[in-house]
Amino acid sequence: MPVIPVNYYIFLAVALFAIGIVGVLTRRNAIIIFMCIELMLNAVNVLLVAFSKMHHVAAYALDKSTTAGTEAQLFVFFIMVVAAAEVTVGLAIIVMLYRNIHSVDINFLNRLKH
Amino acid sequence: MIDMSKFVYLIPLLPLVGFLINGLGRNFLSKTLTGIIGSGVLIGSFVLSLLVFSEVSAQGFTTQVINLFDFIKVAGLNIPFAFQIDQLSSLFLLIITGIGSLIHIYSTAYMHEESPAHFARYFAYLNLFVFSMLLLVMGANFIVMFIGWEGVGLCSYLLIGYWFGNGNYNNAAKKAFVMNRIGDLGFLLAIFWILSQFGTLNYTDVFAKASTAPVAVVTGITMLLFIGAMGKSAQIPLYTWLPDAMAGPTPVSALIHAATMVTAGIYMIARSNALYTLAPTTQHLVAIIGIATALLAATIALKQNDIKKVLAYSTVSQLGLMFMALGVGAYTAGVFHVMTHAFFKALLFLGAGSVIHAMHHEQDILKMGGLRKKLPVTHITFLIGCIAIAGLPPFAGFFSKDEILAAAHDMHPVYYVLGVVTSLMTAFYMFRLYFLTFSGKFRGTEEQEHHLHESPFSMTFPLIILAILSIAGGWVGIPAVFAENAHLLSTFLEPVVPIRHQHHHLSHTMELGLMAAVVLLIIISIIFAGRKFAGVKDAEEQGSSSLGKFLANKWYVDELYDLIIVKPVNWVAAFFSKVVDQKIIDGLVNGVGRGVQFSARQLRWLQSGQTGSYILIMTVSIILFFIFQLFWKA
Repeated sequence: MPVIPVNYYIFLAVALFAIGIVGVLTRRNAIIIFMCIELMLNAVNVLLVAFSKMHHVAAYALDKSTTAGTEAQLFVFFIMVVAAAEVTVGLAIIVMLYRNIHSVDINFLNRLKH
Repeated sequence: MIDMSKFVYLIPLLPLVGFLINGLGRNFLSKTLTGIIGSGVLIGSFVLSLLVFSEVSAQGFTTQVINLFDFIKVAGLNIPFAFQIDQLSSLFLLIITGIGSLIHIYSTAYMHEESPAHFARYFAYLNLFVFSMLLLVMGANFIVMFIGWEGVGLCSYLLIGYWFGNGNYNNAAKKAFVMNRIGDLGFLLAIFWILSQFGTLNYTDVFAKASTAPVAVVTGITMLLFIGAMGKSAQIPLYTWLPDAMAGPTPVSALIHAATMVTAGIYMIARSNALYTLAPTTQHLVAIIGIATALLAATIALKQNDIKKVLAYSTVSQLGLMFMALGVGAYTAGVFHVMTHAFFKALLFLGAGSVIHAMHHEQDILKMGGLRKKLPVTHITFLIGCIAIAGLPPFAGFFSKDEILAAAHDMHPVYYVLGVVTSLMTAFYMFRLYFLTFSGKFRGTEEQEHHLHESPFSMTFPLIILAILSIAGGWVGIPAVFAENAHLLSTFLEPVVPIRHQHHHLSHTMELGLMAAVVLLIIISIIFAGRKFAGVKDAEEQGSSSLGKFLANKWYVDELYDLIIVKPVNWVAAFFSKVVDQKIIDGLVNGVGRGVQFSARQLRWLQSGQTGSYILIMTVSIILFFIFQLFWKA
């Protein structure tokens, strides 16, 4: 199986992250913004897995019994769990938002100004 | 021998008690009671002073230092609250308590128009003043003297501004206080210098060590002490407060501004004679300032029309003569003149008070005249005072003034000539005052003439006593020309004030001749004054030449001070209040507030409430932080 160089993972992660940022900055729909934030989060996850795998391969070549570079892969699962929790809270907020102002447009969320 | 330390502290304590009773009880005590307490404590002090004096003049007396308690005791510094009883202080005790008692008695009648509370306030101040003055002369070190020194300054302020309803009087009080403060600063610096040089402030120790100090240091110390004396004893350039101090009640002028407080400077220099003898430069300065003040004040007195102003300038002039005596090293002569001057100047002021009392607070001598018949006792005693100050033998002023002139002649003939000129002017203006007040026709209003009356006995009694003293007071200092060893005062004071080394430039015949010539000149100037002023009929100012105006306006010294000191100070003050304070300081304080408000108003635009813009700012900031992080370390 041809090895995919780590660069490609980085490019993918940067692209996902950039899409996320642009989405957050340009969209007004709260749900879309929320999804874009998830996108950025997962861009970071991709990077974490890619780097840890790269690290593990390098260490494995020297010592077959090593576990170095596997922690981040575990860590990603934690992030996914926490993100899932966060998504529930976030979605709950958006639902409450909609109930209150009958919209999910963030430009209506300027009540603190007054 | 009585043990003096048992009762000496009572001398200043009694007036202090009087001050407390009268001051605290001013709303309950009747006027009679206040008068009795006020005068009684002084008479008590006087009796004790007499006891002390008889002890001091006894055979084999040595200076006694009585330690009451430790006043300042820090590390190596120990300043006791101690009194020193010796010839000089016992003499001053007699003068202060004696004349003080007479003036207190006089005041009970003079101030009878005041309400009981103000009457008690007056006596409280007067007692406090005597207390301070007694501390000043009794102290055994410079600190105790300084306490008294400040005390008399304060009481002077309080008494000049006694009628505080009048703005001018208040200004006069403030002027006296400020002028005194300038001098006090000099005195205070001198005290510090003495302390750092000698490590002690006790007279006996300081004077014993005086010769070990370098001449420059002693000169500096004595100069600073002299600045203190200038302020308190009204010498050029700090003399202008004394004539203004006439705003106070007349007995106050007699007590403070003639007989006692203004002689504090003389006392201080006579006390420190051991230092002054070591500093010839300062002595010359003292003599020059003294004679200059004597002349200046005498010329001003020639043209004053306020009865008290004439006497005030005459006081300044006489003080100048005393300083000249101190400057030429004739300390005994200076102290002698302090004593005789206290007698006749208190007499003159109290006489003037009696006239003012009779005239219902009219002080302009051009509106008086012919008071001889209406006020016989005042007239006679005032005449005695005039003769005494003019210096005709055998009145008191003759002996003391003659001694000063003789000492001045020993030093330098110029001092002598200027001293004689001052004496002639003194005789002239005093008799101008006398003739304008007592001879000729009455020039005031009819109502005033109707009310003219001789003062009550409690006012004439002190006058009579003082008149007797003005006649006989000089006999304790009869010069060697008339009788050998008849100068009782200088023999008495010798342990404290060493007898001046006599040069004897003058033979006795020569001295007698000069004396006779001066007396003749004085008589001529009196006759001249009599011819000029005895028959004045209208209240018009006589001959207003430009010189006359110049003198009547006191050489424009007040205006000059106003121009070179008061106005610049006001300008600087105005600059600091209008520009520095209002613009710079307030600008800074308000600027900080305004800056915060302004930046807050600008920053407010960031908080738009738009979630999108918050996110944008957040993102941009994070990116900027990353860039910063990346490139900064490199």
